[in-house]
Formats: sequence, structure tokens, C-alpha cells
Amino acid sequence: MTKGSTQATQKGAQGPDFKTSTSVRYGLDRVFAALVFVATLIGLVVLAVLLVDVAKDGVPLLSWSFITSFPSSIPTSAGIYPVLLGSLWLLALTALISVPLGIGAAVYLEEYATDTWLNRLVEVNISNLAGVPSIIYGLLGLGIFVNLLRPITGGPSLISGALTLSLLILPVIIIATREALRAIPDTVREGGFALGATRWEVIGSHLLPMALPGALTGTILALSRAIGETAPLIVVGAATYLTFAPDGPLSRYSALPIQIYYWVSQPQPEFQVGLAAAGIVVLMAVLILTNSFAVWLRNRYQRRI
Amino acid sequence: MDYEKTGEERRVSEISRDHRDTRERFEEPPSGTQGTPASGMRVENLSAYYGSFKAITDVSLDIQANKVTAIIGPSGCGKSTFIRCLNRLHEVVPGARAEGSVMLGEQNIYGKNTDPVNIRRRIGMVFQKPNPFSKSVYENVAWGARINGYRGDMDELVERSLRQAALWDEVKDRLKESGLGLSGGQQQRLCIARTLAVEPEVILMDEPASALDPVSTQKIEDTMDELKQSYTVVIVTHNMQQAARISDYTGFFYIENMGDPGRLWEFDDTEKMFSNPDRKETEDYVTGRFG
Amino acid sequence: MAVEARDVRSEAGVWRRESRARHFRERAIKVVFTACAYVSVLTTFGIVFVLIFETVGFFRQVSIVEFLTSTQWSASFANGEFGVMVLVYGTLLTTLIAMLVALPVGLLAAIFLSEYASSRLRRWLKPALEVLAGVPTIVYGYFALTFVTPLLRDTIFPNIQIFNALSAGLVMGIMIIPTIASVSEDSLYAVPRSLREGAYALGATKREVATRVVVPAALSGIVASVVLGISRAVGETMIVAVAAGQLAQFGGPLESVQTMTAYIVQVASGDTARGTLTYQTIFAVGMTLFVITLLLNIISYWFVRRFRETYE
Repeated sequence: MTKGSTQATQKGAQGPDFKTSTSVRYGLDRVFAALVFVATLIGLVVLAVLLVDVAKDGVPLLSWSFITSFPSSIPTSAGIYPVLLGSLWLLALTALISVPLGIGAAVYLEEYATDTWLNRLVEVNISNLAGVPSIIYGLLGLGIFVNLLRPITGGPSLISGALTLSLLILPVIIIATREALRAIPDTVREGGFALGATRWEVIGSHLLPMALPGALTGTILALSRAIGETAPLIVVGAATYLTFAPDGPLSRYSALPIQIYYWVSQPQPEFQVGLAAAGIVVLMAVLILTNSFAVWLRNRYQRRI
Repeated sequence: MDYEKTGEERRVSEISRDHRDTRERFEEPPSGTQGTPASGMRVENLSAYYGSFKAITDVSLDIQANKVTAIIGPSGCGKSTFIRCLNRLHEVVPGARAEGSVMLGEQNIYGKNTDPVNIRRRIGMVFQKPNPFSKSVYENVAWGARINGYRGDMDELVERSLRQAALWDEVKDRLKESGLGLSGGQQQRLCIARTLAVEPEVILMDEPASALDPVSTQKIEDTMDELKQSYTVVIVTHNMQQAARISDYTGFFYIENMGDPGRLWEFDDTEKMFSNPDRKETEDYVTGRFG
Repeated sequence: MAVEARDVRSEAGVWRRESRARHFRERAIKVVFTACAYVSVLTTFGIVFVLIFETVGFFRQVSIVEFLTSTQWSASFANGEFGVMVLVYGTLLTTLIAMLVALPVGLLAAIFLSEYASSRLRRWLKPALEVLAGVPTIVYGYFALTFVTPLLRDTIFPNIQIFNALSAGLVMGIMIIPTIASVSEDSLYAVPRSLREGAYALGATKREVATRVVVPAALSGIVASVVLGISRAVGETMIVAVAAGQLAQFGGPLESVQTMTAYIVQVASGDTARGTLTYQTIFAVGMTLFVITLLLNIISYWFVRRFRETYE
């Protein structure tokens, strides 16, 4: 044995011990690899269980009469017609309010705003609003739209609900539109300006048409989130039990998630498990439809670029 | 509008002419200008900044009407910045500004009441990388004219512009197709056509052929000779042979040390600049001793 | 092709005169866009104003000391006690349970996505996980109440109450997994390859590289994701309203608790007249909630900024 290797042995690169600890380390490695894989799947497995459970209880109750009937205290004749209508009304009104506002704000921040402290404050404010719990928006809606502006909105009406939801999803729309605008290279803007175009002419003729598909994807996702919102609508006065179909923006209303909440809160299993599940199935179907549309839109848009 | 006559007599005080007139005068394009020579430009003590960084300093030169003026110089000497000050595109970048005066004919484009939007119509620009709009060939050419209020026959204007840019024959059956579907050289000529469609007086070109193949480059250089009959052309180029071939006057930009602002080192007839320049750095550059 | 000079320009009059209308339109459009952006500022002012206004009214009738220190919350009774700490406790308990699930699972999933998964796998797994975040919370509430609670009762905890914090917390945790996984994964992914290579070159195993090198390097981003997750859990309403119950007490995980958010929903679903004390309580509780989430968001923002500075 040469002097060198003796020293190496003494330094603590333990001969036989070293080998053992390697296999321990490898063993731990395999355990860890399995662990992280399982962890990734846990959420998906639970989701699958959830979907199966909901389908199992809900699908048998789906029928045309379920969609066209009104809620009733008799489980077999209860339906979701007015709340489905309410959700659609809310969706339409919310889209009408939030989309122009969101796109407008994004255009301002990306194309007009200079780097002043005030504009930076506006940006920070929007990021912050994205993290405010939805129920706080409900309180905002209650205080301002339902009570303060009661003469205009008619109190706990569809328009109050739509305004509340619009404010809720506004930050998401703004962020999505900004990303889409940022993706457009500056050469497009320069080409437009060089022809003697005003800023709006460049934005309107070139930037917005190019940014719209991307912005729309984010917007549709935001709107689909609004469909599933429950808490802010309850706070803003959406009825938890509605026997008539809403007939205008000033009408009282309810929404599908709220009907589900009402049914889940009933002690009878026909409501709590059966009807609630059926309502959930309809809700999820609507969401899958809108989200798929958004994804399809994004893929189509990406191919063009 | 005949710049060459009044050039010698101009005095500094005339530059601060009553600016209320300026606005009115800019609001109408040169009338009855069929075949009339375009305006020249005079730059006086122009400096440009990006925030606190000074990109070019104290540039003064005369751009002769209906001539091609080339701007050459090594990278980073402010050539692009300079040319963008000529149509006030420089200030579109947030925080960028320019000082000094730039006269188009008899008006200072940096005057207090001057509308940069209008300036950019009268002083057109073609960029280094072709940037046609994502619209049809026809719309690419027509859009600029439309937003500037063209009320005449648009079809005729589009055809005329495409002919001047030597592109008409290649696209006349493809007017409805997307401008982005053309080849690089064709796209650049499309950009020239759309610039011509708004009937400017001056055409600025920022290395227009540097991203193109030799055949397209040749085509664009060929158009230059015709263009200067009706327009004043300023072209920034890295290609010295190109500058020698097509320009009447040449300006050489240079910086001595890194971080210095760019300066106009020398400006003269092209022939003189390339055979017998006054300054050593100019000679070194045009003979290729550095680049 | 030669073009003659006289062909180059149109007759005079064919171009429109530069109009003041065009300038006016530009300025008007800019005003409209600016106004849109300031709607968001108005929103914040609105939130703050509404909360402060009603909270001030509330504190005229209830002392702030009682609000912060009393150990009972019985707002619906005539001589009720208004100790918000009971509700805060409910929020904290459910949040804690949620984080006990979401943090390890989310972080491990993030490590898998970043260090182990192939890019093809990652490309569809990541969006698949995002689906978890997109499920409406009422659906999760239903699941917690009608599936998880009976499951727990039939297996581990036969004494569990129908409404309990554990089910709600567990399901909330599942919902928050994508929040933690996504943001953590971004931070892990952003760690430069050179750091990993240095560790591998020293003979470290993949696990050791992941846990001893990459995770510590991405720590601020991971912490930011955790704070974000906590913030989401604190603000969550429907899962706890449905599954954790409406009993405001310092209960254990197997018992019912009421969170701040569940309380607000409970009162709001009833018919509470404006101006009454009960009406004002939801704003006082809302104010507490808002302050807590605001602090959490500020902390997380600060962490994200620290994380960005390290690598850019």
C-alpha cells in the first residue's frame, strides 16, 4: 500500500462504510423519487374521485325537466331553470362590463402610461386586487352597489351582482391583455407611427386585433371563474331560493352555484347529495365547455404566430 | 419650397419664426406638387438623449432636396438615433428627447406647436427589418393613406405606390393576400410602397437592405435613383460601397471613446468623402481600416 | 421600372385637411383608457371606504378591546359577545390543516415537475394540476361534506362530527396544491443549471441535488408560494361554510368551527337590515380578514421581489 492511499483512507473516505452509505443514499433516492411522483398524482387522484362521486350521484338525476323546472321543496320535481338563467344573465352582463374595462385599462398601462410613480402605483394596486378574497368584493358590492347606489341598481339585482363580479375578475383580464400586448414586437408600432399615425390609430388598427386572441383566452378563463363564484353573490343579495326567472338587469336573481349551496345545506340526502350533485354536473359541464373553448382559442392563436 | 436658394441667407433668428403659422402650414401637403421637387432639411445643433444618456451631440448638416444623403459610421455612433430624430420617431421611446432644431423646408419640426404625427407623414421611414402589417398587401399600402384622410381613388394610389417601389408586377395578382406572405425583399419594397402612399417629402431609410439578399438589395438600390427625382432621401448604411454607389452626399458619424455621444465627424460630397476626405478617421473608415 | 416624376403626387385637395377633430378624438380616447385603468384604483378605494365606514359604526357600539380579546362570538344574540378571535381561530385552524396537506404535497409535486419529469410530461401535467384550482369551491364544499366526512367517520375517526374543521381543511389543502406547486415549480425551474451541475460533479445524487441545492436556492420563491397559499386558504369561503359548519367555538379538528368568511356568508344569506349591528359585524369581520390578507400579500410580494433579484 502506498503512502498516498493510506492517507486517503485515514482522511475519512471510509472504505467499507463508504460503500454502505452509498447504497443507503441510493435507497433514499428511490424512495424520494417515488414520493414526488405520488405527490404529483395525489391531487389528480382526489380530483378523479371527486368527479366520479359527483357523477355517480348527479348523472342519474339529469333530465330535460331538471333543466327546465323551478326549484321546489319536492325533490323529484326540482330543477335549475331560473338559476341557470340567472347564471347566464350574470355571465352576459359581467362580460359586457368587465371586458371593455379590462382591455381599456391594459391598453392604457401598456401603450400610454409613462413610468411615473402614479402609474406604478396603479400597477401595484392591480396586482394587489388580484389577491383580495372574493368575499371582500362581495362586501364592496353590498356597500356600494346594493346600498349606496340602490336608486340606480335596484338593490340586490342582477346588475349589482354583475358589477361585483366584474370588479372581481377585472385584474385577471387586465393581466392577460397586457401579456398579449407585450408579445407584439415594437416594430409594428414603429411602422405605424412612421406613417404619421396617431397612437390610437396604431392601437386600434394593429395592436388590438393582434392582441385580441390572446387577451380573449385569459378573459374567457376569467369569466368561467366568475360562473363558479358563490360567496360574493350571496353577500350581494342573490337569492338562495328563487321561484321566478329573472327578467331584466334590475331583477332579483340567483345563480347555479348558489342553488347548489342551498341544496347542500339541506338535511335531506335527496337534496344534499342527489340534487346538489346534479347541479354540480351541469356547472362542471358549462365550465369544461368554456375552458375548452379558451384553450382551443389559444392554440389557434399560437399557430398563427 | 426651393430650399437651395434660401439656404445661404438663413439666419438663426428666422428659425424662431412665428409658430402659429407653422401649424397651419403643416396642415396642408404641398399643393400642386406634381413633379415638384421636395423639401430639403437643415439640422442645427441636434442632440439626442435616452433619459440621461446622451446618444448624439451637436449635429449640424444640410440635407439637399432631391438628393440622396448617406449616413455612415461604425456601430454605436448614433446613426440610427440621428435618423430617428429627423421624423421625431426618437421620442416615441419613453424618456427619450432631442434638443436643437431640424428644419423641413422653412419650418422647424421641433417647433413648439408642431404636431409630430403630421411630421411623420411628411417625413417617411423605412426600417432595417421589414415590418409590414399583418394585413393584405393592398391594406398595407392603403392604411397609411386612409388614416391621413386620403379622399381620392385608393386603387390608383395603391398601384402607383407599388409601381414606384418596383413591386407592382410581382404582387398585382396577390393584393388580397397577407403582406407577411411575401419574401423579405418584397416585404421591404412593400414597406417602401406604403411610405410612398402617404406622399411624403423626405424618405428616411435605416439600413433598408442590410437584412436582405443581394438581388433584393440591388432592386432597392435601383429604385433609389428614381425616388430622388421626387423625394429627398436620407439613408443610413453600413455598406460603404452602397453609400458610394447611390448617394450624392455622405455624412460620417464617429465616437472617440466608449460612452461618448456620437458626433458628425465629416460631411461632404460623396465623391470627396470616399476619395479624399479631410479627416483621418473618415479615411480610415472608408478604406476599411476599422469598421 | 422607371416612374416619372410627374406621376408621383396626387392633385391638391385630395388629402383631407388636418382636422382638430382628429386631435380631439385622440385626447378623448386617451382619457377613456386612463379612466378604465383608474377603475381599479376606485375599486380599492371602494373596498377601503366601505369597510372603514361600517367598521367605524360597529366600533361605536362594541369596544375594540372586546372585539380583539373576548373569547366568545355570539353575534346573533341580544347581549352578544363579539370576540373576533373565535372566528380568527376557525380560519387559522382550517388554514393550518390545509397547509399541512398542501405544503408537502405541493412542494414535492413541484420538485417532481422541475427535477424529475420530462418536458413532455411537464407540459401536460402542469395544466392538469391547474384544473384543481379551477374547480368551483362549492363543489369542493360538497365533496368535503358528503364524501370526505363520511369517509373519515367510517375509517379513522368514528367520533367526527358532521361539520368539522378537518374535512374542510383537507379539501382546502387539495385545492391549494396547484398554487404552491405552480409558483414553487417556477422558482425551482429558474435555478441555473450550473448550480445543479456543480453538485452532481461532487458526487451528489439526484435527491440530494434537489433537496440540498435546488430547493434552498429557490427558497424565497417557495416561501412566496406558501404565503400565497395561506392567503388563499384564509380567504376561502364556500368549503368551510359548507363543511366546517357555523358554530363559532374553539373547537378541535373533529368539531365544528366557524371561519371569518363563513360567518359573513351566514349573516348575508339571512335577511339582515342595513344599519343594524349585525349588518355592521360582517364588515368588521371583513375588515379583519382584509387586513390579514393584505399583510400576507405584502409579505409574499416582498419575497417574490427578493427572489427575482437573485437571478436577474
